This record gives sequence, structure tokens and C-alpha cells, in this order.
Amino acid sequence: MALLNVQGLSTRLASEAGWVDAIDELSIAIEKGETFALVGESGCGKSMTALSIARLLPDAGAVVAGHVQLESGDEKTDLLRISEMAMRRIRGKKVAMIFQEPGTSLNPVMTIGEQLSEVLCLHTGCPKSDALKQAEVWLHKVGIPEPKARLSQYPFEMSGGQRQRVMIAMALATKPDLLIADEPTTALDVAIQARVLSLLQTLRKEQGMAMLLITHDLGIVKQMANTVGLMYAGQLVEVAPSAAFFKSPRHPYAHALIKSLPSQAQRGKPLYALEGRVPSLVNPPAACRFAARCAHAREECTAQAIAIQCATPDHMVRCIRHREVDATLLDNAVLSSTTPLVQAPEPVLALVSLGVSYRQKSGFFGHSFKPVLKGLDLALHRGKTVALVGESGSGKTTAARALLGLLPGSAKVHGDVLLEGKPLRLWPERGVGGWRSKVQFVFQDPFASLNPRHRVTEILQEPLLSLRPDLDAVARARRVQTVIEQVGLVPEVLNRFPHEFSGGQRQRIAIARALVSEPGILICDEPTSALDVSVQAQILNLLRRLQSVTGVSILFITHNLGVVQYLADEVVVLRQGEVVERGSAEFVFSNPKHAYTRELINAAPVI
Amino acid sequence: MTPIFLLTDLLIWLLAFIVIFYARSVWKSPLSRASWGLVFQSKIASASFVVLLAAIGITLLDSIHLRLNAENQSKYGSPIISVLDVAVGPLAYQREKSYSAPLAIHALSKESMEVNGKPVRDYPRLKYGGSHLKDESQRSADLAERAYQGALHGALWWGLVVACMWVVRRAWAGPQANQVTPFSGSGAYLAAVWTLLGLFVLAGVVAKWAEAYHVLGTDKVGMDVLYSSLKSLRTAMLIGLLTTLLTLPFGVGLGLAAGYFQGWVDDVIQYVYTTLNSIPSVLLIAATVLMLQVALDANPEAFASSAEKADLRLFFLCAILGLTSWTGLARLLRGEVLKMREQDYILAARASGVSHWAVLFKHLLPNLMHLILIAMVMDFSGLVLAEAVLSYVGVGVDPSTFSYGTMINAARLELSREPLVWWALVAAFVFMLLLVLSANLFADAVRDAFDPRARQLKQSLLRV
Repeated sequence: MALLNVQGLSTRLASEAGWVDAIDELSIAIEKGETFALVGESGCGKSMTALSIARLLPDAGAVVAGHVQLESGDEKTDLLRISEMAMRRIRGKKVAMIFQEPGTSLNPVMTIGEQLSEVLCLHTGCPKSDALKQAEVWLHKVGIPEPKARLSQYPFEMSGGQRQRVMIAMALATKPDLLIADEPTTALDVAIQARVLSLLQTLRKEQGMAMLLITHDLGIVKQMANTVGLMYAGQLVEVAPSAAFFKSPRHPYAHALIKSLPSQAQRGKPLYALEGRVPSLVNPPAACRFAARCAHAREECTAQAIAIQCATPDHMVRCIRHREVDATLLDNAVLSSTTPLVQAPEPVLALVSLGVSYRQKSGFFGHSFKPVLKGLDLALHRGKTVALVGESGSGKTTAARALLGLLPGSAKVHGDVLLEGKPLRLWPERGVGGWRSKVQFVFQDPFASLNPRHRVTEILQEPLLSLRPDLDAVARARRVQTVIEQVGLVPEVLNRFPHEFSGGQRQRIAIARALVSEPGILICDEPTSALDVSVQAQILNLLRRLQSVTGVSILFITHNLGVVQYLADEVVVLRQGEVVERGSAEFVFSNPKHAYTRELINAAPVI
Repeated sequence: MTPIFLLTDLLIWLLAFIVIFYARSVWKSPLSRASWGLVFQSKIASASFVVLLAAIGITLLDSIHLRLNAENQSKYGSPIISVLDVAVGPLAYQREKSYSAPLAIHALSKESMEVNGKPVRDYPRLKYGGSHLKDESQRSADLAERAYQGALHGALWWGLVVACMWVVRRAWAGPQANQVTPFSGSGAYLAAVWTLLGLFVLAGVVAKWAEAYHVLGTDKVGMDVLYSSLKSLRTAMLIGLLTTLLTLPFGVGLGLAAGYFQGWVDDVIQYVYTTLNSIPSVLLIAATVLMLQVALDANPEAFASSAEKADLRLFFLCAILGLTSWTGLARLLRGEVLKMREQDYILAARASGVSHWAVLFKHLLPNLMHLILIAMVMDFSGLVLAEAVLSYVGVGVDPSTFSYGTMINAARLELSREPLVWWALVAAFVFMLLLVLSANLFADAVRDAFDPRARQLKQSLLRV
């Protein structure tokens, strides 16, 4: 008998459009001591599953059917059918949870010690003095240095990784039977992510606890999970032991996901990108929900409801054609490669010891400067891609913003930026031939970078109005039309507002805005990190295609090494504002010189 | 009679046209139409809106002035009257000698009279109030008869208005026109219709009574209290609306500039509003009004009539109130802009070479409109009350201008009289309560519809 047995769980959410079937008849079983990974893209219902199990759904949602059996000792309890009072005793004690954002899960006005000992007192009933001692032991266990001193510190005095460790300590201190970890490392840097994951793994083994790991990162799944459950549009579409899942995935969606990951091996080839979008979960199709995007869909796929079935005794898949799919789909990856561009001798953009320091208050009236970027040299050639890699706080975004003059007034920039060999300050800023029309920027979050009150056409016309005053209204409209088609959208979208689009479409609009003034240089700041894997593949393909069509040079800022290996010609690794390594992408990844680069590469989970 | 436009008339009509243009732009933009649609989904807001509309109608009528010829001048006792004065007919010029209670036919205090050649001391009959009655005992029957007729008239007019709305709604409904009946519609629409019925019936009864009685009594100089209450509406609305209009350029302009440019601009603006805030506003207003009074008295030749002088004083009162009350809005907007200028879409605009000016007015301002709108409707009622307080203290409007503040100020002495004169105070209180309450309720609905956070909260409460 499994520790946690979820059967036929269905959850609905109320929305303005009607009932959303967030989870549809989900059944999973988690054995003692096992890690079960629930994978899927945003909105597929994986977090809702965790919240349904823990009965922490938002007010708008409710479980409408199903059983959640938790076994502890000889007892079996159906978590959905006990009182809230009894559930409160189970939460934290038998089922613990950790969430994505370590910053907001801790109370900012209580010390770490107070928060940890509160949990301990509550669930183990030990006196306060003992609890503090235990708290110290736990902090030591999760690898926080100087645990005793840390007890009296406040959450803001710790880094994100340390805060997540504290959260883990709080969750595990009561020795739960089951830990539900909802994207525990998504908000953390790669190196810290690796440490937190290995910590979870160790503690899980030590305590013999089961773990329900929820993530969108297949790399993490491969590294951590015993069993994988893949979700799509509220349904479980494949459940398999981890090894089997990665070796021979059965569902077409699983294939697509794995193949759409960028990597060294995919260089020069377009990534496999899923077209279309996830169906609306308000009155979803009764038949296969993936059929509309599936290359293998036949008539019978859309004719009937498809039950999850056994491919092998322990490999379940919700697809009636899983046998044929298995053999054929992987061959489709033979795709054309692009022609290499002739490299111009002169770099189009060069940074000459670019440095940035922020003004800080020190003392009562005085101020000092804290350097965040120390002398960055970089050359970008026409049609090439340079990747700027590093953890958060390494100064990579600062470099891009300094280059574009977007830093706040408290920043001091020194060094030089040469655009086509001429210092940037000698160029006019706006108008025809101004530097702004030659250097454009794509932001990380497409939900924040488009003004919600402007129509797409206004968004795209705006750079033209200030950068190309020579164009009249007709020419502007024509240019907007061209660029919207270039990024793969239909002209009908021009009259709509940003909120009507999905994340991937929004990022296409943002890229269109950057391209509308026909820049020679595109600076992309993590343009895919807010997007799902399959959408990331679409955007990366788009960038590659645009580069080969327009010959634009790209400065790509990212922490995702897979993307770098796939896309970049040259890599510059930044650490705390300093360049620690640079070179051609292939060379750096095959034999990293600096310890930090090696650490980054090792820390990144790969499949 | 020739039409004449006083300064505040022009401003109030300008405001009306701005509102009409705004309504037109709302109608065209699906986003703001949806938000305003949410406002009018609320029953309370729709009912309040009807009351506000009535107040606005009276204000607009009262804001078209006419210059009288010599013969009419003596009738009204003033060279300039408004269309409202013409509309209310005899109410505007029929004056009793002094106090009389609501619907009374006798004066409040005894007088020496000659009855049949003998001097007696008794309550004299009023000159106009109930003068048509031969026998005093007919009064109740007459009042009931008039109430019945007035209610009937009101209901008939209401039926006419509802029928007109029915025709318009059918025209809009298109193919489903047959399903539209006069009373089909959302709960909010029905709330508005019933409020309208209440208003029409009330207005019908009051109008019928007012033909022959002083419905709310008369004041010390024999002026009808109902008439002064109606005239005071314009002052209250004017103070509420015009002051807000004058506040906006300061509040919005300085708030935006402080938040966006930061640095020394921010320092200067913050310094100014901190200083302004630290001076008690009543003191500041009193000092300015008194200085203004001296200036106005010193130049009597600058005004063609006392009405113009009173009007100018009213305008300056609005201006002074506006100059002292922009700080709250500026501070609110500054904070919001500080937060918003770090948003990616603002950076994106700057990266596209958009000028500061365009960033401020094309990107920041539209995203702040909901805050400005909320602040405007919320401030309105505060300002109406502020006028009453200032006039009570004696630094408000010109004594010849009708206002609730002056009515309340006069009531101070009336309350210490024997017999008690309570009707002026109660009339001012009820009218102000209605105006401010409906403005507040409407403002609440506007905030709920436009403030995304409030909206989320409300929706999550609805879903449970």
C-alpha cells in the first residue's frame, strides 16, 4: 500500500469565463521513501494538485471529486473527508510543504529562531528552550554556517538560497512522512539550486520520507525523481519510472517537451517547437486534449474520450497511438541548418572596460560608490551572438542597462561604448541615424514589458515615431505590418491589447517592437526565462531565423546554459561584476578553465 | 432679458463638456467601457447616480444667467437671475416678512394688527403662503388634494421618461428588441428606475405645494427655504467640481514630475507640499479670503454688479481650496510613479527613444487614470463639506451667495430663539446629506470598479 494514494481527483476553479477544470480525474500513488515528480507547463494543474492534496486551494477553487488517502502507521485517512481541525494537525506534521518564493514564505518581522522554534513547539510539543536548540541543529543540518548566530537574524539578512534552506528546515523539522515541494528552486540561481536539491535528496534518504516534487524543469526531474508524472491541460498524460520516461517516452507531448530543450547537440538546427496553445480548460475537449497540437493525431483521437492505459506494467500513458509514436517521432528532427554569415572585421558594438557603481549612503551625510560591474570588455560582430552568463547579482543585466542608458540616477557609469567604432556619446540619441534606432532591447518578462493600455499597433508604432521621424503614417503602417509578419503573427493582432495574448505571443510582440526600427544590435535580457519550455523553443527559433534574415547581432543575457550552448557563438562568464572566462561557446563548454564556470556547468541539471 | 455668463458659469459648462467628451471616449474604448459597466452594475451606484444627475441638472440650470430689464429688476430685487429662478417661478420673488414654519399659513411671531378697526395682537396671515384659502380649516384638505395631484403628475412624467428609455433600449438591443420591456433589465437598472420614480413623485408633490405654500418655511428675511436650498446646490457642486478641476493640474503635474524625474525636482516639490501641509489649511484660507475681501472692496468699480463680485469671490474660494488640497493627490501619484517608472514597459519606451514628455503622458498618465478618478470622486464630498465649514466660520462665500454653509451659520442664532426655528438647518442638512451620501456611494462603486486590488477582493468574495 502506497503512502499517498490519490484517486480520481478533480478540482474546479471559478473564473469570469466559467468553471475551469483545473484537474481532471488525477490518480497517482506515492510509495514510502520515493520521489514522485509532477511535471508540466504553467497552467497544467500541477500546483493545483499540491494545493488540493494539502487542502489549501484558493477561495475560488474546490475539489469536486476524488479521494486522497494518506497512510500513517496502520491508519488510513482520506484527507478530503476529515475536519479542518484534523487537517491542521496533519499539515506540517505528516505532510509538509515548501513553496517557490522563499522571500515571501517567511515572516519578515520574526527572527529565524522564533519561526523555527514556533513550528517545533507546535508539532512536537517540546518546551521553548529545547526547541531553540533543535532549531540550531536543523540549521546546521541544512548547511547554514554559524547556525547559532543565525537564530537571532531576520529573513532579510539572509540570501535567497539560505532562506529556502530555512524553509526546508521548517518543513522537515517535524519529520513529516510526505514533503510537497512546489517549484522549490525556481527562484534560485543554478549553483544554489544544485545545492538545495542535493540537500533535499540527502534529507529525504536520511528520514525515509516521500516527496512530491512539482517542477517544470525536466533536468531537475531526471536528477531527483523515481517516478515521473507528466501533466497536460489538467490531465495526467504519462506516468513512468524516471529512467523509462527519459529513455522511451510514450506520449507525443513528452517527446515534444524533451526535444524542444536547447542544447549543444541541437546547435545549428531549429528546435522542435510545438505550435498552437493549450486548450482552454473552460469546457475542455472531451477527447484527447493534446490532439490539436499533435503531429500524430488521427480521427479516432478526437472522436472519443481517451483513458490512461498501460504501455508496460509500470508505464502508463494517455494516448491510443503510443506504440506508433514511440518509433516514428524521433526521426522528424532532421531539419535544415542555416548558412553561416560572413564575419565583418570591425565589431558593430564594443564595450571598453564598461563599469557601473551605485551610490550608497554611508555615514550621516556622505556617500560612497559600490561597484557592481568592474571593467567589462566585449566585442559583438555582425550577425553573431554573444552570451553574457552569470548568476543573479553578477552584473549582467546592469551591463545591458548601462549600455542603453536605462540605469537610475544613483548609478555611475564609466568606460566606453563603441557603436560601429564610434563612441556612443558622439552619436545623436534619437531620430534617423541615432544610436537608439541601432541598439534595441528585449526584456525578460513579456507580461511587464508591454503597456497594458496600449494596443499592439501603438506599441509597435511608438519606436518609429521617435526613431524614424522621416516615415509618414503609411510607411510606418507598412513597416509595422512587415515586422509583425516577421515574428510570425497575423496582422489581425494589431488592434488588440496585450492582455489578450499568451506569454509566447507577447514575447513575439516585444521582439517585434525591438526590430521595428531595424536595429543592427539586439540585446535580449533573459527573453525566455519567464516562458514555458515549448514556448522557449518557439522564441529561440524565431531569434535564430531573424538573425539569419536580418543579420542582426545579438547580445544574449541568460543563466540558462542550455540556451547558451544552443545559440551563442561566444560566451562571456561574469561573476560579481568581473569577467572570469570568455571564449567561443564550444570551447568554453568543452573545457572550462575557471572553477566558477565548471561549477556553473556542473550545477545545471541536464537530461 | 439678455443672457450673461459669469466666470463660474463658463467653467461649469466647460466641465460639463469635458465630462461629455470623456463619456464619448469611454463609449469608444472597450476597456474603460467595461470598467464603467462594472460601476453601473451596482444597484446603490445606479440609484446614487440618478440623485447626482438631478443635482447636476439643477446646477446646470442655475448656471445660465440672465440680465434683467428695469421692470423685472424690482420684482426679483436683483439685476441678474438664473434660468432656475425663472423655472421656479414665484418662489424666487415672493417674500414674506420674516420666519414662517413649513407649510404654515401664519407667520411665526405675533404682530399688532387692526381687525375690524380694533388693534389686536395675533399671528398674521402670510402674504403668499396659503393666501388662496378663505378658511383656515381647509388647509389639510387642500394639502392632501395637492399632494395627490402632484404625485399623479410626477408618476405621469416618470412614465414618459421610462417609455423614452424603453424606445432607446429597444433600438440598441437590435435583434432581441422584442425581449426588451420597460422593466426588463439588470437589478441596477431597476434600482435606477425606482429611484427615478421616487424623485419624480417627490418633485411633483413639492412643486404642487410650492405653488401656494412655503414647503420648507421661510427664513429671517422671508425668503423661501426650499428656494435657498435649491440655489445652494449650485454653490456646493461648484465648490466640489471646480476645486477638483483646479487641483488636478497641480496634483497630477507635480506628482508625476516628482516621481518621474526624482533628484532635485522631487526635492523641491516635496519641500513645497510638506510646507503647505504643515500650515493649518483653515488659517491659510481665512488669511487669503480676508486679503481678497479687502482687494475686492477697494476696487468696486471693477464689477458691473454685486452678483459678479460674489461670483468672483466664489471662484477665488475654489482656487484657494484647490491650491491647498492638491498635496494628497500629488503624494499618492508620486509614490505610484516611483513604483511604475521601474516597470519594464517604461524602460522599453525609453529604450525606444521615446521622449520624457511622451513617457509621462502616453505611458504613465493612462495607467494612473483610475487613481486620479478615484481621488476626484472621493474628494468631491470632502470639499462640499469644507465649504460649509468655511462659510460657517465666516471666510467662505459672499454673504449674498446662497450656500449650505451660510444657512447653517444663520441657524446658529435661530436655534436659540423661542419658538425654535429648525427648518433652515434641517433643510441644509438633508440636502447636503443627500448630495454627499450619493457622491460617496457612487465614489465607492467607482473605486471598486477601477482599483484592481479591490476588484480582486470583491470577486473572490463573490465566488465562495
